[in-house]
Amino acid sequence: MKRVLASIGAAFVLAAAGVSAAPARAETVLRIAMTAGDIPLTAGIPDQGFEGWRFVGYNLYDSLVLWDLSRGDRIADIRPGLATEWAVDPTNNRRWIFKLRPGVKFHDGSIFTAQDVVWNMERMTKEGAPQFNARQFAFARGYLTNFESVEAVDEQTVAFTTKTPDSLFPYNLSFLMMVSPRRSAEVKNDADAFARNPSGTGPYRFARMVPGERLELVRNADYWDAARVPKHDRLVLLPMPEASTRTASLLSGQVDWIEAPAPDAIPRLRSARMQVVTNSYPHNWTYQLNFVDGAFKDIRVRQAANHALNRADMKEMLGGVALEGFATVPPSTAYYGNPVRYEYDPAKARALLQQAGCLPCNVTFAISTSGSGQMQPLPMNELVKSQLEAVGFKVNLQVMDWNALLQLGREGREKHTGVDGINISRATQDPFNGMLRFIASSQAAPRGSNWGHYNSPEMDALITEALSTFDAEKRLAVLTRIHEKMSQDAVMLWVAHDLNPRALSPRVRGFVQAQSWFQDLTTITVEAR
Amino acid sequence: MFSYVLRRLLAAVPIALGVSMVCFGLVYLAPGDPVQTLLPPDADAETVAQLKRLYGLDRPLAVQYLSWLGRVLSGDFGRSIATGRPVAEEIARSLGNTVLLAGLSVVVAFSVAFALGTIAGRRAGSWLDRCVTGVAVVGVSVPNYWLGIVLVIVFAVEMMALPASGMAGDGFDPTSWEHLKHLVLPVITLSMIPVGIIARTTRSAVSEVMNQEFVTTLRANGLPEWRVLRHALKNALPPVLAVMGLQFGTLMGGSILVETVFSWPGSGFLLSKAILTRDVPVLQGTILVLALIFVLTNLAVDLVQSSVDPRIRRA
Repeated sequence: MKRVLASIGAAFVLAAAGVSAAPARAETVLRIAMTAGDIPLTAGIPDQGFEGWRFVGYNLYDSLVLWDLSRGDRIADIRPGLATEWAVDPTNNRRWIFKLRPGVKFHDGSIFTAQDVVWNMERMTKEGAPQFNARQFAFARGYLTNFESVEAVDEQTVAFTTKTPDSLFPYNLSFLMMVSPRRSAEVKNDADAFARNPSGTGPYRFARMVPGERLELVRNADYWDAARVPKHDRLVLLPMPEASTRTASLLSGQVDWIEAPAPDAIPRLRSARMQVVTNSYPHNWTYQLNFVDGAFKDIRVRQAANHALNRADMKEMLGGVALEGFATVPPSTAYYGNPVRYEYDPAKARALLQQAGCLPCNVTFAISTSGSGQMQPLPMNELVKSQLEAVGFKVNLQVMDWNALLQLGREGREKHTGVDGINISRATQDPFNGMLRFIASSQAAPRGSNWGHYNSPEMDALITEALSTFDAEKRLAVLTRIHEKMSQDAVMLWVAHDLNPRALSPRVRGFVQAQSWFQDLTTITVEAR
Repeated sequence: MFSYVLRRLLAAVPIALGVSMVCFGLVYLAPGDPVQTLLPPDADAETVAQLKRLYGLDRPLAVQYLSWLGRVLSGDFGRSIATGRPVAEEIARSLGNTVLLAGLSVVVAFSVAFALGTIAGRRAGSWLDRCVTGVAVVGVSVPNYWLGIVLVIVFAVEMMALPASGMAGDGFDPTSWEHLKHLVLPVITLSMIPVGIIARTTRSAVSEVMNQEFVTTLRANGLPEWRVLRHALKNALPPVLAVMGLQFGTLMGGSILVETVFSWPGSGFLLSKAILTRDVPVLQGTILVLALIFVLTNLAVDLVQSSVDPRIRRA
């Protein structure tokens, strides 16, 4: 029967080949299996977390500020995008002036101008504007907490005003995608219709979409950055949330690239000659602690917990696909500095607990069963529990669904006085999102992300200094002090940094894995089968 | 007959209403928030409140439910919170994919199981019967997501004969092997459990009928064995049809695991996504439609049953 079906299939293939005349050069296609359960939104800022930005956002669109993804030896930082340069107004440190790149065209052929930036900002912020979109508002909101207004100074210049001086403001603009106002007008500002026929300025153009199944983008040969015109013709993005399905699809030749293979599948992938690539990136698998209610308000208990962890064991359990986490950001970050290194020392941990008068020391952690960036939360938390209990802690794991944990995290310690730590892994791509929002007293939950209400006037002063230092090098020094002080104060329980594994077919060439949540796909060539 | 159908259809209304109420309530009882899908994981409380207002999720639960119900009655299922696309469009597309998968699985399962069950029932107690019963027990007991993964490893990864996941793209073309081959593994996986259940039901129904007096009479009248079997099968059919109907309903909604394993963009996949993201409009719409399909399938089975067996009166 199989043979019959196969020969019928072969007949169809031959027939199809006969119909279409052989082109001079076959189209090169890169097929990627994403971990997302659906195709990220194509109407501007994408959904599906940073994976949405990685595969759809930065490919269909550009932002004023982009990420430098050209090298893999250090944590990626920002670089000019649709803006060529920016600086704070010398007479007003709340006003940022951005010079726009001349001659950039949207995929619909219209020219990108300063007015378009204002139009896009209103799409994300101004309720009542015809182009205002609640979803884009939601996605942008987290990056615009300090945004006050924007104006077009001239055709090629825009000025942003912030509520308070903010030297890190340009990082936020890297998440705001610029869409074409002309295309939006054609579809009467209907975001759903726009998503089905989007127009941006990015290195890929939209080709077609089968909702829930695939998104196909094609090379934008007119891209403004000639060095980043894609080296393959077509990019096919497939949502595949199940890790074993992704692995099987790569092994069977159905896709050329899979995100996040399960660690236990890596030896099998390697034996099939797949390229398994890993690199450090700004990720922090950690516990934020409660500084007001329970045992962790005593610094000795926090230090004890950090000394109790045998991070090498954790790395081994994860099949080597992790960095031992000793501090908030990975060591390749520019402001890593020289933080206290909490080596595995069970005797010291026990002595610290004894000094603190907390033995056995009861603590409760809120953890999730799964979730974006959470790696393998259940076995990892079980290992942390057993290591902590070996030195005298008594750990209670409160397991919940990812959404429930996020809600608990947002509400802050006040509503959850019985919880001593929350295990939400964090993206640390920029200093504010990676560090400052967890330690600034102004960010105390539920207002911000300082869940456990850590409060240090000295740290607050450092944060204010960093945000009002516009000289990059001087600011780096302040950020380094902040990172080191976080370690001195044992602000978190640090466990691991993910290594972002992905597996590529041997036919995929030219990929440089940046130390970032985002990746540049344009450099990739795909060899013929 | 007409009034019977009408009554059955009217009875579906309270069922649908009840299902939608329970579903609505459960989603809100569960921790987490529908707007969570739209916001970065650590959005502050003020942003959440603002977005809830924009989506009308800050109104009392009863008001939200009634306004949803009002819109559904006028044929508007609303828009997905997660994707912004019309829910009716999402359901139509994914349901189409599931009908394709479940429909084929039903045909495969019913034919295989009916044949196996008949063979076993006719020779109850023989080694053939024991073999078939064994196969049926295995079919029912093997978890289908596990079977799916094993089939993928054997046929997709090792033999590279069939694709491991997904559909071939837009629509479905039954003349294209490229499209058909994506169906092979999920259909086999999905039909295993119904094969087991239906084969067992058929076996017991056939063996029971074969022991009845009319079969002895038919044989005594000198009817050839195949004609005896035809009469017997007709008598054994009603309970088998009832089980088949239930299985079809289950396949329509219960293929979440199989669709996830094979990344098949059907209603199960849509449901699991909607549950994880608390996408209430999609969840409500899909469950409502699936509940109605279940009701309609049962009605169809009842009607077929009564046409096969006139003793079952539908008046």
